[in-house]
Amino acid sequence: MKRVKWLLMGVLASMLVLTACGGANDTQGDPDKTTITYWQYTYPSKVEEIEKIIKDFEDENPDIEVIAQDYPYDQYQQKIFAAKKAGKGPDVFNIYFGWVPEYVNREYIQPIREEFMTEQEIRDYYVDFVEPNKVDGKYYTLPIAVRSLALFWNKDMFEEAGLDPEQPPKTWDDVIEYGKKMTKLNDDGRYEQEGYGWNVAGQGLHMFQQVMLRQFGVEPYSEDGTKVQFNSKPEGYDAFEYWVNMNQKHKIGDPDFGNSYNEAFISGKAGMIVDGSFRIGDVQSGADFEWGVTTLPVLEEGGLESNYASYWTNAIASGVEGEKLEASEKFLEYLIQADVQKSWMENVGELPAAKEVVAEKSIKEDPVYGAFVRGLEHAHATFFVKEDKEREIITNKVNEIRLNGKAIDEAFDEMVKELQQVRDEYFDEVSK
Amino acid sequence: MNNNRKTLDQMMTLRTRRMLIAYAFLFIPVLFYLGVRIVPAIQALSMSFTHEGSSVFTLDHYKMLLQDEVFWISVKNTILYVVIVVPLQMLLGLLIALGIERVNRFKWFYRIVFFLPYMTSIVAISWVWRLIYEPNTGLLNKVLDWLNLPVQGWLTHPDTALISVSIVIIWQMMGFCMLIFTAGLQVIPRQLYEAAEIDGAGRWKRFWMVTFPLLNPTIVFLAIIGVIQTLQTFTQIANLTGGATGGGLGGPLHSTSSVVVYMYNQGFRDYNLHFAAASTVFLFILILIVTLIQFRVLNKSYKL
Repeated sequence: MKRVKWLLMGVLASMLVLTACGGANDTQGDPDKTTITYWQYTYPSKVEEIEKIIKDFEDENPDIEVIAQDYPYDQYQQKIFAAKKAGKGPDVFNIYFGWVPEYVNREYIQPIREEFMTEQEIRDYYVDFVEPNKVDGKYYTLPIAVRSLALFWNKDMFEEAGLDPEQPPKTWDDVIEYGKKMTKLNDDGRYEQEGYGWNVAGQGLHMFQQVMLRQFGVEPYSEDGTKVQFNSKPEGYDAFEYWVNMNQKHKIGDPDFGNSYNEAFISGKAGMIVDGSFRIGDVQSGADFEWGVTTLPVLEEGGLESNYASYWTNAIASGVEGEKLEASEKFLEYLIQADVQKSWMENVGELPAAKEVVAEKSIKEDPVYGAFVRGLEHAHATFFVKEDKEREIITNKVNEIRLNGKAIDEAFDEMVKELQQVRDEYFDEVSK
Repeated sequence: MNNNRKTLDQMMTLRTRRMLIAYAFLFIPVLFYLGVRIVPAIQALSMSFTHEGSSVFTLDHYKMLLQDEVFWISVKNTILYVVIVVPLQMLLGLLIALGIERVNRFKWFYRIVFFLPYMTSIVAISWVWRLIYEPNTGLLNKVLDWLNLPVQGWLTHPDTALISVSIVIIWQMMGFCMLIFTAGLQVIPRQLYEAAEIDGAGRWKRFWMVTFPLLNPTIVFLAIIGVIQTLQTFTQIANLTGGATGGGLGGPLHSTSSVVVYMYNQGFRDYNLHFAAASTVFLFILILIVTLIQFRVLNKSYKL
């Protein structure tokens, strides 16, 4: 009997230890220090850079301890979501700007306090397109860096096709013309090599909305973000047809080729791609050919330049208050300063977000980053309401054209209707 | 009398002691099972009847579910997966098992070859097949091209995507079926075959009159496991169709989406957990009904 008793006690004791472990997390660390947690997704160069920044920050602020945690991109939102559901989670976290409206709606993040940085200060500090970050007239997040798009081209493939390797395309018509020269198709229409890495789900859909539509003279969304205006003018249909026909009629590239447009480019099987500055590192380490980067093409020479900007940004979680809030604000302030932004560009490959840094000559004329930085001047960020869902709608509608032979105009109208529906649902919920 | 009582006491203590020990050992697994299975399952059920942040009973999620076109596509696909995958993987598994039985040398080698895919990680297999299926540079289309046969879009076209995913599942699962069938074949007494042979039964008749009926328990087992697994298919679909080409899982145009993939997309991409809970309840009911039917239909001859 004695043995049984001991056994039961052992079980109880182990249970106690197990439950105690759950609570222990909150109290770890130095009691004299304010501890805050920072979450980001696992992007090796970002994780490394943040570690360095935190170390410097802690040296300057010995009373604050920052614990950085990172999760794989695929699970990142799930982690946040699960943590929030359980009433836990980080104090400061890094999120994609397209998620901000939904996170505000779900009360995951709190606005930047006036005492910390006023609206005017934020507007003065950052490049202009940080504006869509505003929800309900308030700023909720502060980015370190931004990304814009540019055109990468493979000089070896240009040469092979009899094109001047130092003359990248200036207009979209050039892209089609050069693309045709570099595309190699089989007898049965399959690609062996594509001239242009045409895609939807990568950067294609953003490029269509913020570059093509604008260059055709269509403002993609109403100013308050409530209306989708893609097809508000006949030019919208022209823009969509022009973009889709790069794949459908001219056959200069296909999203199913080579796993993805960027992999096709890096493996030397795509002559040109439009991609963000974050791709530079991959191309530098992966491409065994000569390549260049230039600003995005326009419709006609001297025509309207446009670009799409996106960024990861930092938010303070809702419910953070007192000492932790002050420490979080201090950390944010440290994160967004000019010096950090510069080293961020060198080590991570994202562009500075502060006006004063972007304006610096050495940055504007950088042989690689220059094209992206110059693109920032004409950049627009999209005010997403549900980024994943919106992307899915556009991808599916283009797939219906590609795979089911749906008429381009019809697919376009349906696409706008469905995108509008997502927006209506969001704004309905917000106004409740 | 007194003596008797003592033995009874002793016996009781012995029994109690044994029981206590058993419960002590069972305690943690049971607690674990309750914590990660039963309680969340009940929670999901209650979630499916409420909106986020409220506890008012509602059928809204179920109404929305029944009206969602994509949901019905996913249900149709799930049934198609079962209808295509389960009979084929069992048939191929049985053929391979019978084939290997006839081989005299290196049986173990053939068994390992066919069983290897089942032992390999589903994710790795899915990605290898994804490369094989690649329409422009993949192996499969190259072979078709070489044979002068028309090339296919495989995973990239809605007409062929579901079949392509099914092929991968069958290819992986038939090794498992083979192994279980082999075990089933080996317990069939040799005398029965000998008796049948003396009675003048040919090869075909011996199979139908001896092998097949005696394999019934194995067939029941494989059918039930196969159906449940196929109804829950997720990993293959996610890894074969997710990412670059279509954005979400279950593409192109939902042609490979199953109920589980639908649930995942709703729950963890759109973060409608309460709505996703409703679709899991639906899946639970579906699996329950199918399993009950299977037990009734397939078990009948087994009982006789």
